[in-house]
Amino acid sequence: MANMYAFLANIAQSVGVLYFMAIFLAVCIYALWPKNQSKFETAARLPLEED
Amino acid sequence: MATGAIRNMTGGESLGALALAVFGVACLIIAGLTDHGGYAFHMVVFALASVLAFRAIIVRRYHGDGPQPQEINGKPNYNFGPVKFATAAAMFWGVAGFLVGLVIALQLAFPVLNLDLPWTSFGRLRPLHTSAVIFAFGGNVLLATSFYVVQRTCHARLAGDLSPWFVVLGYNLFIVVAGTGYLLGITQGKEYAEPEWYADLFLTVVWVVYLLVFLATIWKRKEPHIYVANWFYLGFIVTIAVLHLGNNMTIPVSITSPKSYIVWSGVQDAMFQWWYGHNAVGFFLTAGFLAIMYYFIPKRAERPVYSYRLSIIHFWALIFLYIWAGPHHLHYTALPDWAQTLGMTFSIMLWMPSWGGMINGLMTLSGAWDKLRTDPVLRMMVVSVAFYGMSTFEGPLMSVKAVNSLSHYTDWTIGHVHSGALGWVGYVSFGAIYCLVPWLWKKERLYSNRLVEWHFWISTMGIVLYISAMWVSGIMQGLMWRAYTALGYLEYSFIETVAAMHPYYVIRAIGGGLFLLGALIMVYNLIMTVRAAPNAVEKSLAPAAGLQPAE
Amino acid sequence: MSDITSGKAPKPSLWSKHKIFETNSIILIIGILVVISIGGLVEIAPLFYLKSTIEKVEGMRPYTPLELAGRAIYVREGCYNCHSQMIRPMRDEVERYGHYSLAAESMYDKPFQWGSKRTGPDLARVGGKYSDAWQLQHLNAPRSIVPQSIMPGYPFLAQTDLAANDIATEMKVQSVTGVPYTKEMMEAALDDLRAQTDPDHPKAAEFAKRYPKANARDFDGNPQRITEADALIAYLQVLGTLVDFKTYDNKANLR
Repeated sequence: MANMYAFLANIAQSVGVLYFMAIFLAVCIYALWPKNQSKFETAARLPLEED
Repeated sequence: MATGAIRNMTGGESLGALALAVFGVACLIIAGLTDHGGYAFHMVVFALASVLAFRAIIVRRYHGDGPQPQEINGKPNYNFGPVKFATAAAMFWGVAGFLVGLVIALQLAFPVLNLDLPWTSFGRLRPLHTSAVIFAFGGNVLLATSFYVVQRTCHARLAGDLSPWFVVLGYNLFIVVAGTGYLLGITQGKEYAEPEWYADLFLTVVWVVYLLVFLATIWKRKEPHIYVANWFYLGFIVTIAVLHLGNNMTIPVSITSPKSYIVWSGVQDAMFQWWYGHNAVGFFLTAGFLAIMYYFIPKRAERPVYSYRLSIIHFWALIFLYIWAGPHHLHYTALPDWAQTLGMTFSIMLWMPSWGGMINGLMTLSGAWDKLRTDPVLRMMVVSVAFYGMSTFEGPLMSVKAVNSLSHYTDWTIGHVHSGALGWVGYVSFGAIYCLVPWLWKKERLYSNRLVEWHFWISTMGIVLYISAMWVSGIMQGLMWRAYTALGYLEYSFIETVAAMHPYYVIRAIGGGLFLLGALIMVYNLIMTVRAAPNAVEKSLAPAAGLQPAE
Repeated sequence: MSDITSGKAPKPSLWSKHKIFETNSIILIIGILVVISIGGLVEIAPLFYLKSTIEKVEGMRPYTPLELAGRAIYVREGCYNCHSQMIRPMRDEVERYGHYSLAAESMYDKPFQWGSKRTGPDLARVGGKYSDAWQLQHLNAPRSIVPQSIMPGYPFLAQTDLAANDIATEMKVQSVTGVPYTKEMMEAALDDLRAQTDPDHPKAAEFAKRYPKANARDFDGNPQRITEADALIAYLQVLGTLVDFKTYDNKANLR
């Protein structure tokens, strides 16, 4: 079963890293996308609104 | 309200009443069949609760209670009844849980207090303490705040008519069954997941309804965006559901037995347990309470959160990394090394998003730091964020294998947990409740800010005594266990290291006592707020014309 | 509130909300589920199919009915809150408690009882270290033997008859999930339980055949009754004694 372990470790060290990077980049792009800024500013004021 | 005409039952009422009737009868039958006293007691409790709920559904029509309008005069008609209940329940369970904590702390210092009775021994009381503070106190705080925040940030009334009540009452019934079960010796023997199969099943139903109520309220929102606090609440609700199902995969011995056996065993069970255990910390005690931070601190400081973008990045990074961190509870055990290494790596990375959250919470105050001097409630919440930063620094440190080899199995872990639990979870909850009670009961302010000051300083002293005593005792015991004499023999017998703990256990109990005292002051202050604080003046002058929001 | 009794009743009930499909919140939930699943899957799933997870050892057998009942008492009283059953591979632990624990040693443990705190000492290899009489006295009144002990006393164990009517069903449930109890073991469960506390029991030989090398004697010093102390002490006395370390190949089980 050493092969199985090596196989899994290889996947973790290649695909795994790429997967982490991809998710993190996607989140950063979404969060920092200039077009989204006004949306976020409105959202940030939600708790302060009275009705 | 009463109009004289008794309306027909709604579909939800009919279905609810039918389900309660079936459930109640089934519980009574099981109670009659089993020969296990504690289990029969629980079935009777369930049956009794069904009868009471059934009666409440039938009777509410006679009082003119029923589905309430979504809006009154164009303003959302918020449903604060379940929020009020959960808030009061949180304070009740909080005091109870702190008290049991004090009792078991004293038992460790003075073992005669175990009384040599089954129901009062440390082994049964300790799960009662952990469940009471985490799930009863913390859980009710999360229910109350999530139901409040989702309504206010969506500008919509809580979805469902009976469902929100089912969630809060059902959850507290689960707490009663779980807690009395420990005392009666009904336990799965898995830390923080002690309730047995029938309580777990019941909680699953409650939790699914909780998710649906929360989601359906979001669907009703008037705002295009879902406020970030609701992201954290959703992350908490969804993940806790997954964890609960995963770690409680048990097969009951029989329908008449309270006992069940977990599907996995040994090393796999250990991995499942700490995947669950650590993420109970990550999603119950962190994500849920970060949601509180993201609503109540901006609201109280009257300024938007420091960086909304950071909150989004912080959210995804936090939930992504947290789920991996569980194996750091199993360093140097029989868990395979690769899993331990993964757990350690992710635990260290977790430091970053944790501090992202801390920075976001603290910096929300920028430009308004003076409020810390004048508003003890805001100060409490800000100090909670500082404690969050401290314990999320300590956590990754302790997950490093070399450090863990010393800290594991010692009181250092207990100290770490309590800096997070008392400092972060406790204080942010207290802050939120201090905010909520005047808002919910329509009071202008708290009864006394001076009493909040007293609460703050007394309990801060308590926390400092508690965690420093545990640091010293933990590190000392860890070092004593591995100490060797010049001749190469182990220097201390185990019992010598136990005896050395005594003074620190006394100091810890004093710290816990101070924390409890602070909470009692808080309860008094809140009761007096509801009773005696001046009523808030309605901002809008629209005639309310006898229309009151539903209670 | 006339709108409730009239036809224009608002329908805030959950039942009427099923038509609403709100894209964002669903995407959010799917995102959360995807993100949290990966970590759990990668860490947990391999433990089930990587054969190296559980070492190859000789001597492991499922608990006898009496030991199983004792284990249930260990769990019931929450012993795991203060005692670990997991010796780490460090010099001081190995010298203090014995060979470090193997995953194989808890392969039939439902639930695992590795623990997380050592308010008291590790119990992974407590089996055979003390006499039954010592264990009984220590359970009854810990400070009568170890004056500085902070353990609660459990005098009620030796005074309570063991309730074991369900023991065969419990073994059945365990066997469904992988514990190798045979049909014979389950059918003879109650006899085996009695035989283990009484070496003169007519079925003692059969018991010894089903559970080779198992301790069979009256554990609590009271041959008239089978008490909870009998069961708990039988469990404590077997802890860590099953694996034959003379035949254990350390190097073959590196992981």
